[in-house]
Amino acid sequence: MIAVQDLTKYYGSFAAIQQLSFEVADGEIVGFLGPNAAGKTTTLKILAGFMPPTAGIATVQGYDCVSQSLEARKSLGYLPETVPLYPDLTVTQFLSFAAQAKGLDRQQRRREVDRAVADCSLEEVRHTLIAVLSKGFRQRVGLAQALLGRPPLLILDEPTIGLDPAQIVEIRELIRQLAGEHTIILSSHILPEVSQLCQRVIIINRGQIVASDTPANLTQQLGREARLHLVVHGPVAEVQAALLAVPGVKSLRARDNGAYSLEADLAFEVRPALARTIVQRGWDLLELKTQEFTLEDVFINLVTEEEEIIDNNLSHPQTEN
Amino acid sequence: MTGCLAVWRKELTVYFATPIFYLTGFFFLLLAGYFFYSNIAYYTILSFQAGQNPYLEGMLTPLQMVYRPFFSNLAVLFLFIVPLFTMRLFAEEKRSGTMELLFTFPLSDWGIISGKFLAALALYALLLAVTGLYSAALAAIIAVDWSAIVVGYLGLLLLGGAFLALGMFSSSLTENQIIAAVIAFGLLLLFWVIGWYEELGPSGYQGFFKHISMMGHFEAFSRGVLDTRDVLYYLSFIFFFLFLTKRQLESRQWRG
Repeated sequence: MIAVQDLTKYYGSFAAIQQLSFEVADGEIVGFLGPNAAGKTTTLKILAGFMPPTAGIATVQGYDCVSQSLEARKSLGYLPETVPLYPDLTVTQFLSFAAQAKGLDRQQRRREVDRAVADCSLEEVRHTLIAVLSKGFRQRVGLAQALLGRPPLLILDEPTIGLDPAQIVEIRELIRQLAGEHTIILSSHILPEVSQLCQRVIIINRGQIVASDTPANLTQQLGREARLHLVVHGPVAEVQAALLAVPGVKSLRARDNGAYSLEADLAFEVRPALARTIVQRGWDLLELKTQEFTLEDVFINLVTEEEEIIDNNLSHPQTEN
Repeated sequence: MTGCLAVWRKELTVYFATPIFYLTGFFFLLLAGYFFYSNIAYYTILSFQAGQNPYLEGMLTPLQMVYRPFFSNLAVLFLFIVPLFTMRLFAEEKRSGTMELLFTFPLSDWGIISGKFLAALALYALLLAVTGLYSAALAAIIAVDWSAIVVGYLGLLLLGGAFLALGMFSSSLTENQIIAAVIAFGLLLLFWVIGWYEELGPSGYQGFFKHISMMGHFEAFSRGVLDTRDVLYYLSFIFFFLFLTKRQLESRQWRG
């Protein structure tokens, strides 16, 4: 569906993205994850045909996004980050224009507008001027225009940004429902959103891809160590010393109210030994559980690693002989 | 030209949904009516005075005394009004970000440009058509030369097309509607008055300013004379500024 090869975009001398390469298969839901100014929106704008890359190739359904832009644009629905709409039009007028712009004939137009209005729960505001709509409704109108004509590819740039929690849940549910019939690429810097919605995550930082895998695999890759949470009633210093002496335990951090965070080597099953050590010393073991690494941990880890490498390179530049 | 009709329809819907068209239209028709009436009143007075002078009487025709100044008055009125019609065409799309939406729909640049231009031209033509009612009323009282009037209106339509093309280009330069209107008005005024002093300019090019002057090419139309050179001038002018608009829109490709 999407093939991106060595995509690079410069704004003046600033490289927004550098040699990005990735592919998205038919029917996939891919999350584009990265901090602000990582290059997510730039990549999506290039895919949507809004602007060309400085170098590299991006194709949608085999059509080049630059030289065959019109054909590529026919097969996608795009929701920009700051949902731009015409405030002087009603919802129906706007959707009707968008449908006509997508080349639908009069009958298809009416059918598709009705369907998009129903899918995005816009019935109650369909004859209302866009100027007076709430942020949530505007977002839904933006999404509705992207759905018109059932394009095989949906590009959604920060689809839930600026919405209240209830609206976020609604939009996520809608995207989940769309998953069956569309390939979806969505950008976000909200991690739970991506882990909940996407089959694959591409993490991008400073214009470069730092990881690309399923959310489960990414958390597994980071989970080279087991992370445990314990609550023990006992003298803190002694508990710390005893637990650190258990084979496989690599680090331990005491928290409030007898809680401890512990990291252990995955090669060892440390939980039985920990439980025995605590009970033998006569302390109370109130809680012992394994904590899973979240996508948030992966993200912070990858982004931090990347920045450390860059900072090191800047502070210790290698001299060429 | 993909999507021209969609953009045309959307633009007309937006025009009719905003007060700018109704306000400018109201004042235009008010002033146009005033000019038409005052021309007729002046023509009537002169006709009475020239009653005893057969030579002068022969020169006093409705075309000469009513329509010729009326067409010139309308042209000057449009000089002020057209920048108000065109200022939002691209500037507003840029400011509100809808340009991004427009360029990611499967619409060609020419489709967008022609849709917007034809929508503005349709409104312009609508206002012109309403002033045609004045002639219909006059024709009920006296005999008028319809062919000359039609030529005059054709001239106004071509002149309006040229005004609109230049105005739309100005709108594509900025995201501020006021700046777009000021640029359009300044350039239109320049192209209007540039032929006033045809003897100016470097030697060998004295006629150049007269040739590019909009007013100079409108002169024959206002007399009811159809000259293909004038038609070609306006069509070239329109195409030139539509082309510049396209190049301006394409600059997003390399500006980043």
